Amino acid sequence: METATNRLIRTTVRTSATATPALHDLSPKLQVRGLNFFYGAYQALRNITLDIPEHKVTAFIGPSGCGKSTLLRTFNRMYSLYPEQRAEGEVVIDGENLLTRNRDVSLIRAKIGMVFQKPTPFPMSIYDNISFGVRLYERLSKREMDDRVEKALTRAGLWQEVRNKLHQSGNSLSGGQQQRLCIARCIAIQPEVLLLDEPCSALDPISTARIEELIHELKSDYTVVIVTHNMQQAARVSDFTAYMYLGELIEYGATDSIFIKPQRKETEDYITGRFG
Amino acid sequence: MNAIYRGRKRTNLILLTVSGFTVVFGLFWLAWILGTLFYEGGHALARATLYYQMTPPPGADGGLANAIVGSALLISMGTLLGTPIGILAGTYLAEFGKSNWLANATRFLNDVLLSAPSIVIGLFVYSIYVVQVKHFSGWAGALALALIVIPVVVRTTDDMLKLVPNSLREATAALGCPPWKMIVFVTYRAARTGIITGILLAVARISGETAPLLFTSLNNQFWSLNMNAPMSNLPTVIFQFAMSPYQDWHRLAWGGAALITLAVLLLNIVARSLFRRTD
Repeated sequence: METATNRLIRTTVRTSATATPALHDLSPKLQVRGLNFFYGAYQALRNITLDIPEHKVTAFIGPSGCGKSTLLRTFNRMYSLYPEQRAEGEVVIDGENLLTRNRDVSLIRAKIGMVFQKPTPFPMSIYDNISFGVRLYERLSKREMDDRVEKALTRAGLWQEVRNKLHQSGNSLSGGQQQRLCIARCIAIQPEVLLLDEPCSALDPISTARIEELIHELKSDYTVVIVTHNMQQAARVSDFTAYMYLGELIEYGATDSIFIKPQRKETEDYITGRFG
Repeated sequence: MNAIYRGRKRTNLILLTVSGFTVVFGLFWLAWILGTLFYEGGHALARATLYYQMTPPPGADGGLANAIVGSALLISMGTLLGTPIGILAGTYLAEFGKSNWLANATRFLNDVLLSAPSIVIGLFVYSIYVVQVKHFSGWAGALALALIVIPVVVRTTDDMLKLVPNSLREATAALGCPPWKMIVFVTYRAARTGIITGILLAVARISGETAPLLFTSLNNQFWSLNMNAPMSNLPTVIFQFAMSPYQDWHRLAWGGAALITLAVLLLNIVARSLFRRTD
C-alpha cells in the first residue's frame, strides 16, 4: 500500500515537475488519484492525479472552463448538491477516500472549508454569520463564542472595522469586507483545508492585497488551495501551481519553476500570455 | 438629431403617455371604490355600537360584534391550517423537487387550485364535511378558507425560495450544514419578506370570501365562539344585509365592508413595518 502510493507520487512528480524535489518530501494532505468528473454526459476532468501538500498554498491556474473550479469542488463534495454531477476516482484525506458514496458530506465539509468567488454573507448579523457555522458542530458558552468570533474576525483582518457593529446585518458591509467575513466564517469552524475559489475576482486591489496577506498568514495552520484567473496572484501567494487545460492536468510543480522554467510548451504559452 | 433617435423619442413619449393613463385609470377606480366605501360606511364605523352589539333584527339598533369575532376566528383558523401546509409544500417544490415530475405535477395542480372559483371550494367542503356531520359549522368554514390559503402560499413560497441564489445554499453547505438547517436558518431568512407577503396576500384574499362560507359556516345571529356550530362572519352578514330592503341593515353592511378593508390594510402595514425593521 505504502509503496504503491509512493510510486504514484513519484510518477506524478516525474511527469510534471522534475526540478522540484520539495514536493516529494512534503506530507500530502490531499491525494487525488485518477479523478474523472462528469456534468451529466460531459466529462469535465480527465484522469487527474496530484498531491496537495500540507500547510502550503497550492494554486490552480488555467483558462476558463479548464476544470480548475470543478476540481476544487470535488474536494468538499460540493457537486453532491447536484444529482446530475458525479466523480470517479479517489480524493484521499487522512487515508480515507472522500468520494465514497456513504461518506457523510457534512462532516467532510466541516473539515474542508470553502470560500467562493462572490461574497455570500448569510442574511443575519455579522456575529451570527460566524457563530452559525461554529454552532453546527460545537456547543460553546457565550464567552467562548464571543472569543471565537473575535479571533476569527481578527484573523481575517476585519475585527477593527466591525467590532462596534457586530449586530448589524452582514449585508451592510462592502464587497471586500463581506469576502473577509466569509473567510472569517470559514476559519471559525477550524477546518484543516481551506478551498478558495477565485476569492478576489470581485474585489478591488486593496481588498485583494489584504486577502493575499491573509492567505500567507493562514498557511501556518491550514492547507490552502486557491483557484485563480490572475497569474500574478498565483505567483505571489502560492508555493505550488497546477496548470490545467481542457480538463487535464498539464503541469504541476513548485510555483517558481512553473513560472520561471515551465517544462511544457502549453504552460509557457499560457503564462506568457500567448494563449488563454 | 438623427431620424432613428427622433423616432425612438417619439415612441418613448407615446408609450409613457399610455402607461401614465393606465395608472390613472386604475387608481381612479380604486379611489372611487375606497371613497364610496368610507363615505357610506364611515358613519357606521364611527359608532361604538358596531363593535359590541350583535347583528340586529330589522328595525332594531345593533352592531357587528358577533360577525367581527366570527370572521377573526375563521380567518385565523383558516390561515393557521393553510399556512404550514402551504409553506412546507412550497419548500418541497423549491428545495427538493425542483423540476422532477412530482414537483411539476404538483405545481400544475396547485395553479389549477389557485384559479379555482371559491364557490367550488365551498361546495366541495359542503359535500365532504357539512353533509357528513349534518350541520354547518365554523370548522367547515375554516377548512374552506384553508383550501384557498394553501395554493397562494405554495406558489409564493416556491417562487420566493427560487429567488434565493444557489451561491447562498452552496456557502451554507460548505460549512458542513445539513440541508434542513440550511433551509430553516438561511434560505427561509433570505426569502422571509416574500413568504410573509404571500401569507398576507392569502389573508387578504380570504377576508372577503363569501361564497365558500355560505356553504360551510353559514351565519349566526348570536354571539358564538363554538367552532362546531354555524358561525357569524362579516362577508355573509354583508351579503345578507346588503340584499335586504332595510336602511339600517344597509348601513351596517357598509360599515362591515369598510371594516374588512381597513383591517386588511392595517395588517399589511403592521406586518411590513415589523419585518422591515428586522431585515
